[in-house]
Amino acid sequence: MARFLTRTRGKGGLHWTDWASYAYLALGVFVMFAPVLWLVVSSFKTEAELQHYPPRLLPYIQKTITLPGHDEPLPVFKVTRGDLAGQQVAQVRRIGLVSQVVRPEDPQTIVKVPISDRAPVERVALATTNYSKLFARFDFPRFFWNSLFITVVATAITLLVNAMAAFALSKYEFRGRGTVMALVIGTLMIPQTVVLVPLFLVVRDFGMINSLWGVIIPGAATPTGVFLLRQYMLTIPDEILDAARMDNASEWKIFWRIILPLSAPALAVLAILSIMWRWNDFLWPLIALSRSENYTLQLALNSFQGEFTTDWASLLAMTVLTLAPIAAVFAFLQKYIATGIASTGGK
Amino acid sequence: MLKLITPVMQVVEWPMRALQRVLGPRRLAWAFLAPNLVLFSLFAFLPVILNFVYSATGSDHILLRDRPYVGAQNFAELLNCQSYTDPNSCRIDVFWRAVWNTVTFVALQVTFMVVFSLLTALILNRKIRARGFFRAVFFFPVLLSPVVVALVWKWMLQDQGLLNATLQNLGFGTVNWLLSPGWAFGWSVFISVWAHMGFYTLILLAGLQAIPRDVYEAAAMDAAGPWRVFRRITLPLLMPTMVVVLVLALIKGVQTFDEVYAFTGGGPGSATTLVIQYIYQTGFAGTPRLFGLASAASILVALVLVGLTAVQLWLTRRNANG
Repeated sequence: MARFLTRTRGKGGLHWTDWASYAYLALGVFVMFAPVLWLVVSSFKTEAELQHYPPRLLPYIQKTITLPGHDEPLPVFKVTRGDLAGQQVAQVRRIGLVSQVVRPEDPQTIVKVPISDRAPVERVALATTNYSKLFARFDFPRFFWNSLFITVVATAITLLVNAMAAFALSKYEFRGRGTVMALVIGTLMIPQTVVLVPLFLVVRDFGMINSLWGVIIPGAATPTGVFLLRQYMLTIPDEILDAARMDNASEWKIFWRIILPLSAPALAVLAILSIMWRWNDFLWPLIALSRSENYTLQLALNSFQGEFTTDWASLLAMTVLTLAPIAAVFAFLQKYIATGIASTGGK
Repeated sequence: MLKLITPVMQVVEWPMRALQRVLGPRRLAWAFLAPNLVLFSLFAFLPVILNFVYSATGSDHILLRDRPYVGAQNFAELLNCQSYTDPNSCRIDVFWRAVWNTVTFVALQVTFMVVFSLLTALILNRKIRARGFFRAVFFFPVLLSPVVVALVWKWMLQDQGLLNATLQNLGFGTVNWLLSPGWAFGWSVFISVWAHMGFYTLILLAGLQAIPRDVYEAAAMDAAGPWRVFRRITLPLLMPTMVVVLVLALIKGVQTFDEVYAFTGGGPGSATTLVIQYIYQTGFAGTPRLFGLASAASILVALVLVGLTAVQLWLTRRNANG
C-alpha cells in the first residue's frame, strides 16, 4: 500500500506496485469506456435484437432473401427438426405457433413448420434503421439545429462581450475599475440554479421565453470568461498599444486588430468551454423552452424516455448523435480542453 | 476567422470612434464594459434582488404586481418542522426529504470523488506507459452531457440490461436497480462520481506535478520509505490543491440536478429528489406554481453556496499569493 501511493519507482523490472497501477488503470478503462461503447454498439442493433435476452455483445441482423412472387424480402431460417431439417428456408408469414415457409429453390410451395423447430439465420452487421427512423419519424434535425444554433451564437456572443470587458479591465486605468472587478467576482457567487424564478420573470419580460434567445442571452456574460481573458491580456505588452495609438488607430481598432488576434489561445480555451456548456446545458433550457419545437437535443433526449415504456431503439441512436459532436471536438482538441478546464475550475 | 469578423467589426467601428471622440480614450473603457455589465445586471444581480421579493410574496402569479405580500410566511412554511431530522414531521416534507437526500448525496459523492481522483492522480503521476491515453480515458466523461451520462447508465442498468444479464450469467439474481430506493440512490452517487472525477483528477495531477522534484530527491538521499514520503511530502504539499478540490466538489455537489433528474426523475418516490429538483418542481413543473416557496428554498441553498464560494475565493487567493 505504501509503495503503491508513492511517486517514483526504482529502475529495473516491474515492481508489484506497477502491476497494481496497471491493474487499476485497466479497470478504469473498462468502467469508463465499456458503458459508452455498449451504448454505441447497441444503437446499431435492430429492434428485434434489442429485445433479445440475454443481450449479445455484437449486433446481429437476420439474413433476408428476395424470392420471385414475394414483394418484400423474406427472413431466412434454418430448420432444426422434421423433414426439412438442416435446410435454409424463407418465412412467408407466421400464424400463431406455426410458421409458413418456402424453400428458396421452390418459392411457391408453402410448408408449415412449428416455430420451435426453426432458428433464425443471422450475421453480424450494423443496422442503421434506428438512425434512419430518427430522421423519418422524429423531428431530429430540428432539435439538432436548435442545439447547434444556441451553441454557435451563444459562443460567438460570449467571446465578443467577454473579450471587450476583459480588454477594458486589463488595458485601462479608470475610476471604478476595482468596483467592476468586485462585481464580476460577485457574479461567481450567483449560479443560475439559485435564481431560476426571478430569471424566468426577467427573460419573460423580454419576451424570450420559448425562444432560443432566452437560452442564449442570460448566460452570455460569464465571470469565468472575463477572468480567463483578462489574465491573458495582462501579458500583452502595453507598448504595442501605444505604438498603434501613435499611428492614430482608434481604441476599437486596437481591440479587434491587435488584442483579439494576440489573445487567440485564451479565446480558444473559452470557446471550447462555452461550446461544452451550451451543448450540454439542461436545467435552464428545460425551464425556458416548453414547446417541443424549440427543444434542444438534451431536452428531446430527456423527454423521449417515457415513464413506463421507453423507445430505446430511437433513444440509443439519438444519444449517440448527441455525444458524437462533443466526442469529435474532444478527439481533436483533447490537450487544450484539459488545460482549459484545469486552469479555470470548469465553470 | 479574422476575415469572418472583419465586416462586423468595421460596422461597429463608426459608433465606437464617435464615442471615443465624446468620452476620450480613457472613459471609453465603460463602453467596452457596457454589454457585460448590462447582462450581469439583468440576468444575475436583478434576479438576486427579485428572488427576495418573490420569497416574500405569495400566490401562483409570476407578475410581481399580482403577488400579495406575505412577509416571512414562505420561509416559515419551509422551516415548519417538529424535528428537522425527520421529514415526516415537517409541513413541507418533500423539501426536507430533498434536503437530507442532498446532504447524504453530497457527503458520499464528495468523499468518493476525492478518494478516487486522488488515487487516480497518484497513479497517473507515476512513470507509466501511455499516460496521455489513460488520462484521457478518465477525463472524457466530463465532456458528456448529463442526460447522455444518465442514459448510458440507464441502458446498462435496465431490467434486461447488460449488468443484470451478467449477474444472471454468474449465478446471481437480477435486481430492479432503479426501482429500489437504496440502489437508485447509490447508482446516482456512482454516475455522478463517474461523470466528474476526471475533472478533479486533472486538477490534482497538476498539483502533484507542481511539487518540485528535488524535494523527492532529498528524501531519497535520506532513505525515507515510500509511505513516509507520501505522508510527509506528497500529502502536505498537495494539501492546498486538495482543499480547492474539496470545496469545488462541494459547491457543484449541492447544485446537482441534471444527471440525477434525467437518471431517476427523483424517484422511486422521492428517494433521489435533490434540493434543486425540489426548486424546479415547486416553481416550474407542478401546479400550482409556487414561486414564493421555490424562491425561499433557493435563497436557503444560495446561503450555503455563498459561504462555500467565499471559502473557495479566499483559498484561491491565498494559494495564488503563495
